[in-house]
Amino acid sequence: MVDYGALFVLFLFGIALAGTIVAMATLFGKKLPNRYKKQVYEAGSEPLGDARIRINVKFYMVAISFVMFDLETVFLMPWAIVAKEFGGAGLAAAMFFVGVLVVGLIYEWRKGGLEWE
Amino acid sequence: MNVEQVLFYLFAVGAIAGCSGVVLSRNPINSAVSLVAAFFFLAGNYVLLHANFMAIVQILVYAGAIMVLFLFVLMLLNQRDEELGPRTFSIAPLLGIFAAAVVSVTIGAGFMSYRNATANFPGEVPLSFGTAEQIGRSLMTTHLLPFELVSLLLLVGIVSAVVVAKRRL
Amino acid sequence: MFSPIDFAILLLKIGVITLGFALPIGGLLTLYGDRKLSALIQNRVGPNRAKVFGIQSSLLSLPQFVADGIKMLFKEDAMPDNADRFWHFIAPALALLPAITLWAVIPFGDLYCTGTVQVKDYMDVCVGGEQKNYFSIANLDAGLLYVFAISSISVYGAALAGWSTNSKFALIGGLRSTAQMISYEVTMGLSLAGTMLIYGTLNLNEMAQQQGALLGGWLPAWGIVYQPVAFFLFFIAMMAETKRAPFDVPEGESEIVAGYFTEFSALKFGAIQLSEYVGTIFVGALVATIFFGGWQVPFLYGDGFHFGSGGVDIAVPYEGVVALRLVAFIAKTLFFVLLQFMLRWTLPRFRYDQIMNLGWKILLPISIANLVITAIIVLAF
Repeated sequence: MVDYGALFVLFLFGIALAGTIVAMATLFGKKLPNRYKKQVYEAGSEPLGDARIRINVKFYMVAISFVMFDLETVFLMPWAIVAKEFGGAGLAAAMFFVGVLVVGLIYEWRKGGLEWE
Repeated sequence: MNVEQVLFYLFAVGAIAGCSGVVLSRNPINSAVSLVAAFFFLAGNYVLLHANFMAIVQILVYAGAIMVLFLFVLMLLNQRDEELGPRTFSIAPLLGIFAAAVVSVTIGAGFMSYRNATANFPGEVPLSFGTAEQIGRSLMTTHLLPFELVSLLLLVGIVSAVVVAKRRL
Repeated sequence: MFSPIDFAILLLKIGVITLGFALPIGGLLTLYGDRKLSALIQNRVGPNRAKVFGIQSSLLSLPQFVADGIKMLFKEDAMPDNADRFWHFIAPALALLPAITLWAVIPFGDLYCTGTVQVKDYMDVCVGGEQKNYFSIANLDAGLLYVFAISSISVYGAALAGWSTNSKFALIGGLRSTAQMISYEVTMGLSLAGTMLIYGTLNLNEMAQQQGALLGGWLPAWGIVYQPVAFFLFFIAMMAETKRAPFDVPEGESEIVAGYFTEFSALKFGAIQLSEYVGTIFVGALVATIFFGGWQVPFLYGDGFHFGSGGVDIAVPYEGVVALRLVAFIAKTLFFVLLQFMLRWTLPRFRYDQIMNLGWKILLPISIANLVITAIIVLAF
């Protein structure tokens, strides 16, 4: 518990420190805004339209694959720590778990879910 | 009040504030990040309950994976404010608040009577409680079947993602 | 929960590790590596123009970096007109916060023994005293998982920075960096699972303690001996997480200007840069802890050097051992920072599809195979 208390103190400290550093950006430094500074940078030309545009779905594919395999990792970690206690039976259980997800990975691969077109 | 209680109320109020932020804010990005904050406060309360592993996994899975997916989708869609339509007033939110109040009072009363019924509830838990080792042991013994079924659930997730994103099988 | 003296020690540890080590050393060193070491590798001179009291002196160009920092402090904080003001302010702080809090679990030295130290089976045993945690902020039972969790939330800084400015370059940079970081996190987690099989613990200090053993009486049982493949996977994945060359497409200046921090200036830009720099040195510290013995010095134990299986060959007082270990840890960390720079300035930038292919089609299958083979070997013997 003491260690988690230390974490809590560190988070408070971190928030204060990061906040101070960013706040210093607005405190120091003159503000001399003009029309061109307030434009977004688009390689020198006038910005065309808004940046609130729809993005390709392939990014979504990456994110959902990440969630799936991240969860796999999280479930494997508790087994990995105590694997030596459970020996072969534990290994079989974990291998079934990994095997099902390898099937998923192969499926996604074959269907082109991992392609970056 | 001792330190633990102070921290509990701090985390509880933070979690409720975060969850309120999810419902009340109009900008979807604000909602998403409020939810992340709420998860952090909940993780704090998990630690107070000696569920150390759960606390970190809460941050890892919910704040670090699921909410990243949410944020990603929000950035992909990039809904503009005007697309959300004008602010309208309806009776539905008020009814929702009323229903939430009724449910929480009922659950609270249930817990109070349960606590009174089990007055000799053990106050101390063993040091190993809630550690990753303990979770690993119970996943390998008592909860082996759910553990294996999770892999099938994740497989279904992968397949459905391919179907949604690729639109062909 | 804390006694006043414990609390004072905690604050001191936090202050020394973050303000005394991670931010200044990390910032200065990586800035130096970025500007002078790159110049050395690319056969240039690098920045050398800053004068100290009007005198042109080289002083390893250190004055240049101090001057850069001061200049950055007084720069104008420009913000595009239709940026989201709130998130434009919060995003740099969100980028910096994980870079600070990640240091919580890194052990800079073993638990300090207030009694006498005896050596038994290559392990220090503390007799007649307490073990005080003086060299890490929190000796967390789930330390490695904590690192994994916090590095997964460091995505938010880049994503929100890219989104908040309402600039197309920044948005693309934010999306690219998010997609890249989450892709390599899977490999990172699976390679860590392999090391967990070996050590059987999540506590980073216990991992370092176990690496004091000797294989066959002469080879230090460092993580890299057991998990060489996991080391390469983990190191590549962590380099990709720091978003620096050769994985710097999210901020590839020839394509999308500065990526997600295109529209950030002054110390907001500084905070984002600093978080990446601190990330670089954190990778060094973590790799040293998991795969290279952490604070262990080969053959050195609590009472001195043991070269044979007999007793002490060269006696060293306990305070000396502690100091040597601290120096060893920092030296190992700096070595891996240097290694990252060598890779950074030797390899050209990857294309984005190459990065995604490397992450999903090469590293992920290898890391799954590594985990399976490790499990079979560990459990068969």
